Amino acid sequence: MSKDKLGYAAPAFQIVMPGQPGDTPATPKHIAHRGGTMNPSVDALRAQFGSVIGRAEVMWGDTTVFVERTKVGTVCAWLQSEASQSYEYLVDVTAVEHRDAMRPIEVVWHIRSIKFRRFLRIKAEIAKDGKTPLAVPSVWGVWKGADWLERECFDMFGIGFEGHPDLRRILMWEQYKEGFPLRKDFPMRGRFSRSEQLKQALAANPEARYSMEELSIADAFEDLPTDMRHRLTGGEKTGE
Amino acid sequence: MATATDKRTIEVALSTTGLSADGKPQRIPLGAEGLISANPAMEPELEGEHMLINIGPQHPATHGVLRLVLELDGETVVRCIPHVGYLHCGFEKIGEYRQYNQIIPWTDREDYLNSMGNNVAYALGAERLFGIEITERCTVLRVIAMELSRIISHLVWLGTTCIDIGAFTPFLWSFQERENVYNLLERWTGARLTTSGTRVGGMIADVPAGWTDQLRHFIDTFPKTLDECERMLNKNAIWVGRTVGLGVMTPEEALNYGLSGPMLRASGVAYDVRKDFPYLDYETYDFDVPVGTNGDVYDRFLVRQEELRQSVRILDQALKRLPEGPVDVDDPRVILPPKHKATSEMESMIHHFKLVMEGPRPPIGEVYVPIESPKGEKGYYFVSDGTAKPVRWRIRPPSFVNLSAIPKMVEGHLLSDVIAINASIDIVMGEIDR
Repeated sequence: MSKDKLGYAAPAFQIVMPGQPGDTPATPKHIAHRGGTMNPSVDALRAQFGSVIGRAEVMWGDTTVFVERTKVGTVCAWLQSEASQSYEYLVDVTAVEHRDAMRPIEVVWHIRSIKFRRFLRIKAEIAKDGKTPLAVPSVWGVWKGADWLERECFDMFGIGFEGHPDLRRILMWEQYKEGFPLRKDFPMRGRFSRSEQLKQALAANPEARYSMEELSIADAFEDLPTDMRHRLTGGEKTGE
Repeated sequence: MATATDKRTIEVALSTTGLSADGKPQRIPLGAEGLISANPAMEPELEGEHMLINIGPQHPATHGVLRLVLELDGETVVRCIPHVGYLHCGFEKIGEYRQYNQIIPWTDREDYLNSMGNNVAYALGAERLFGIEITERCTVLRVIAMELSRIISHLVWLGTTCIDIGAFTPFLWSFQERENVYNLLERWTGARLTTSGTRVGGMIADVPAGWTDQLRHFIDTFPKTLDECERMLNKNAIWVGRTVGLGVMTPEEALNYGLSGPMLRASGVAYDVRKDFPYLDYETYDFDVPVGTNGDVYDRFLVRQEELRQSVRILDQALKRLPEGPVDVDDPRVILPPKHKATSEMESMIHHFKLVMEGPRPPIGEVYVPIESPKGEKGYYFVSDGTAKPVRWRIRPPSFVNLSAIPKMVEGHLLSDVIAINASIDIVMGEIDR
């Protein structure tokens, strides 16, 4: 089995050969808190999009670039498809709400170019002024891996991802009523009292946990046991 | 005569599995060739209503509390809707109320098969946030810790997947070897599963005397078990028949769906964080990264099997180079004073008290440090506002993202193949639900 310089025991074909010729990555040491080499994609972004791109900073070796909230989808699509950028891998979609209530909520995309071995953090700020909609464009059309990550971000922060095909809760159950757990105004023990939480848990009917969508895909409603059918038609969907 | 029959059976098993010319998965039950028609269009009267079937959340083959709702046409999966969240504990929320060292026990409990690796990943992220460079000995010890937990995780994967597919013996062999690794971890950290082995700036403890000999013994004996499993499985007709051509992801799809780890490499994308974004001086170790070609369940098995061997190679090199010296950094911002000083000197006692009660404080900043966990790219994203507790502690869960591609992988396959494909993803629900 032949090996390339990095030690990949590479068989028949590969789609990606990471890095440039002669480029051997090494463990970063003694990284500065601020400053350092900025990811060259930031300059390319500024040349391409102009004022859509906000400030950029290098923190602990990683470049963060702020992008106007409504333009993130366009910017990401360009970064993914442009051959000179080639950000083919979406690492993470998440959000940050700061303890300082005046600071905007930040939605964070971690993206990576495997080909050029680059890492870029894109941020979009959503001001907490009550007027700005808590929403950003979805990047699901660019990277399919965004599907669950965006659902989780919606589940935990209530941030809408416009254009996501199936934006619903993922970790919490669909009828969860206490809000969005990772928001700073959400107390760690939940919004409801323990007795209310217990009441809801006891009233929950796990057998009825088929959503109406799942029932409709197979037209299986008629096949359910009579008592379950009765409960579902009575509006008792999932432990309400 | 018997030989001829055996030979024919294997040929049938191999020839009736895989992709047809137009790229669709093609399965004919073993021995039923010629008995049933391969073309459903020839038997239109057999087309009936679709059936809804629910797998899990309490089901041994879902490896935890995963629930899959499947729409079946006969035995073929038309649609798959996964449900997760049954194990959600709010780790990230709890992390915002804990000091940096207090979060480490939570990292054990997410991907509990890779607890040592999570501890190391967490410590690496936190140390970059604090601006700490760890010692030489600590670096090598952490490499050993990561590779040991990779071995544990892949062994559990191998054993449980064998059970899912119908082989029992490799399960016993792999779990016996896993026991040896757990014995090593127990001697080192005092715990087997929930190790909490690292601290910001060092390890919970240096390895005890004689520990390296025990590890050396494991390195010497473990490859024999791997050889046995290889002989048992790699050319086994049932194993091959139940894994080849299933859940195929092309390289482009695998990248686009955000797969990582063995899932991505089995599809032919040579991306390993240890090689491409090295940490812990991984670039100085001599090891290969296996890359598959077909992206099916069988290739994922081969990739993980080879990774086990490569982990042994890394362990061997790490053990040879393990330098003497301190494990913890000499940095009073994060490292507690020795116990005998804390109980005898006033300054050390105050230092101890303040570190424990108030906690170390990193500068304002944010950091994301990825590592190659057995499941894929795992990383912790910290946001600090300068206080002793993070503003945001985010886990980048590889099996969460890998699992999100399961509808794409199972659709068009048979119901029994769903189990094999689900097993090939190597999920740990603790990490998915967090």
